[in-house]
Amino acid sequence: MVYSLPEEVLEHVFSFITSDKDRNVVSVVCKSWYEIERWCRRKVFIGNCYAVSPAIMIRRFPEVRSVELKGKPHFADFNLVPEGWGGYACSWIDEMSRSYPWLEEIRLKRMVITDESLELISTSFKNFRVLVLSSCEGFSTDGLSAIAANCRNLRELDLQESEVMDLSGHWLSHFPDTFTSLESLNMSCLGSEVSFSALERLVAMSPNLKTLRLNRAVPLGKLSTLLQQAPQLVELGTGAYSSGIRSDVYSALSKAFLGCKELKGLSGFWDVDPSYLPAFFSVCSRLTTLNLSYATIRSPDITKVINLCPNLQRLLVLDHIEDSGLNALALSCKNLQELRVFPSDMYVADANVTLTEQGLVSVTQGCPKLQSVLYFCHQMSNSALITIAKNRPNLTCFRLCIIEPRTPDYLTHEPLDIGFGAIVKHCKNLSRLSLSGLLTDRVFEYIGTHAKKLDMLSIAFAGDSDLGLHHVLSGCESLKKLEIRDCPFGDTALLANVAKLATMRSLWMSSCAVSIGACKILSRKMPMLNVEVIDENGTLNPKLDNCLVEKLYVYRTVAGPRSDMPGYIWTMDRDSANKI
Amino acid sequence: MDLNYKATELSLALPGTDDSPELNTTTTSTPIKTNKRGSPEMGPSAAGESKSAPRAKAQVVGWPPVRSYRRNALQGKKVEPEMGSGMFVKVSMDGAPYLRKIDLKVYKSYGELMKSLEGMFACIIGLYNEKEGYNGSKHAATYEDKDGDWMLVGDVPWEMFVTSCKRLRIMKGCEARGLEL
Repeated sequence: MVYSLPEEVLEHVFSFITSDKDRNVVSVVCKSWYEIERWCRRKVFIGNCYAVSPAIMIRRFPEVRSVELKGKPHFADFNLVPEGWGGYACSWIDEMSRSYPWLEEIRLKRMVITDESLELISTSFKNFRVLVLSSCEGFSTDGLSAIAANCRNLRELDLQESEVMDLSGHWLSHFPDTFTSLESLNMSCLGSEVSFSALERLVAMSPNLKTLRLNRAVPLGKLSTLLQQAPQLVELGTGAYSSGIRSDVYSALSKAFLGCKELKGLSGFWDVDPSYLPAFFSVCSRLTTLNLSYATIRSPDITKVINLCPNLQRLLVLDHIEDSGLNALALSCKNLQELRVFPSDMYVADANVTLTEQGLVSVTQGCPKLQSVLYFCHQMSNSALITIAKNRPNLTCFRLCIIEPRTPDYLTHEPLDIGFGAIVKHCKNLSRLSLSGLLTDRVFEYIGTHAKKLDMLSIAFAGDSDLGLHHVLSGCESLKKLEIRDCPFGDTALLANVAKLATMRSLWMSSCAVSIGACKILSRKMPMLNVEVIDENGTLNPKLDNCLVEKLYVYRTVAGPRSDMPGYIWTMDRDSANKI
Repeated sequence: MDLNYKATELSLALPGTDDSPELNTTTTSTPIKTNKRGSPEMGPSAAGESKSAPRAKAQVVGWPPVRSYRRNALQGKKVEPEMGSGMFVKVSMDGAPYLRKIDLKVYKSYGELMKSLEGMFACIIGLYNEKEGYNGSKHAATYEDKDGDWMLVGDVPWEMFVTSCKRLRIMKGCEARGLEL
């Protein structure tokens, strides 16, 4: 006989369990735990907004305070998802405004949200505190005005990389005089100027402001004014970082940075004038995060900065850092956990930028805590990859992009199969992997055999046959997100692994070899999946079973087919409806 | 089978001249859209030929995988080989033994530029202003534009000046007055 603890005690115990995964596990222990847990769940994360409906969420979790939603597929970031695809926040906001009066936090990623929805948010939730719109679109500064004017307890407003229609720089002025709760503001994505006096006023009234990310239009001359008002800042994103030859600007800036004793993170640095860099050297020893990925400065300047930052944990930078800069990083920054190196020239190896695989090898050698890598480069070798794998078995995220598709090992001219094979074999906790270069089916055999903790896999221009895809789908036990483009993968592998798709969040395949016939079979066999074929050009003939599809997006759902699909998406339902 | 159509082509060139275009021209090549299936022919060998012509390479949609946000931010921000992103022009002053070089990109207005030039040459260029022109000054700043003409600094909007200025010359006032007429 099982003695059960009183509900209140269980609820109290559950309140210490905050991770979604743990909460989900708790909820399936038994019926009473399910009930208790659902009443006290305060935070919900929905990785695919179409996997479930607002009504279902609200019915199960009536007392939620924080909701996070993701919309479009990841490849939307690279323009592979056409306009009008979906990811609308509207219905979610509408229903939550009715059912969650105490909602405090909304976080959206890759979704479309309108000014009307923003206004509804601002008036529906009396205790609203956090709004994060990451890579979102569909709204303007008018919507932001509503948020500013009505959210009396707003703590965080983060517009990270969203596309905002800039109608007026005066939205900031809508924060009332009594507004003092702001802790975090990220407006770095805004294209045009904001009213500087409004910004200054806002900063002055916000004693708890810890994060401030300005947009490019805020001139450097104004930065020192803001820093003087907010010396307590922990994270700062500068605006444009140049100002002509102005020694008064330089000395004011230098003095202002000296006063920022809490600063741990720096970003921004658009249009950098290297002569202004020393102005922030006084804070370098405390920096844990540095984002120089918009700064087109040369390796010697970057190296100078890095050598002053021994506590750096996270570095984002352009390939101008070159191998020499990465060698310096390996020597100076022993606490480095994450490195992202972005390309400055997308298409051709810049003869003036000497960034090769050696830089990455150095960093994996010198930085024992390195876990996460995003690296764009022009050449790679199997031996380098094997060295990296042996140096850093603690890698959890490895995203390598060799810019030219299907580039072989530059030393041996072989495919990079064994190199990536070493990565998955040695890095046993690898949860995210992006492949590039010349790859055969062999690499997928290695991945299927070894990458047991892999959660997300991105594949492009790789493989020889369906066998490659089959290895991945049949071997990668933890796989949740799979995105593939321009690979010769098709029907056989897909149909041999239909059950697997129900254990995953989503599958994206574009410019592969999947036929509409296979999509029909998949739809029929797996009613819990939405099988959406994107036919942008209208060339698809659904009657011809062997007609290939351009883009396919498959995801599990308990909400049935979605009702907001644009005309260019084909599904079985629509197909049958047309036939009637 | 090569039927050698070129030999039978009509053209206005002299007989015997071969006017076949080089592979590596700077004409824009058609971007390969990924609506077509990824084909094995589109391998590194195809791209290798065009490595010497910077922008003649085919551009694949969504590749390399860089967000458009980032692409747009970096557009036109290529770094010059030795000097960092800048627009360096030579500055000469009549009577001075050597020339100077300045980066036009660091200035935001004529005022800033003139102050800097004054400092450099320790002379009163006599600030140009809209109402009085170069009145009462001993020197005048002139520049050579894209067409090779010598112009008085200050007439056109700043942005236009920055893109068209190739070099600067600080002339003695008496010579410069001729330009104003």
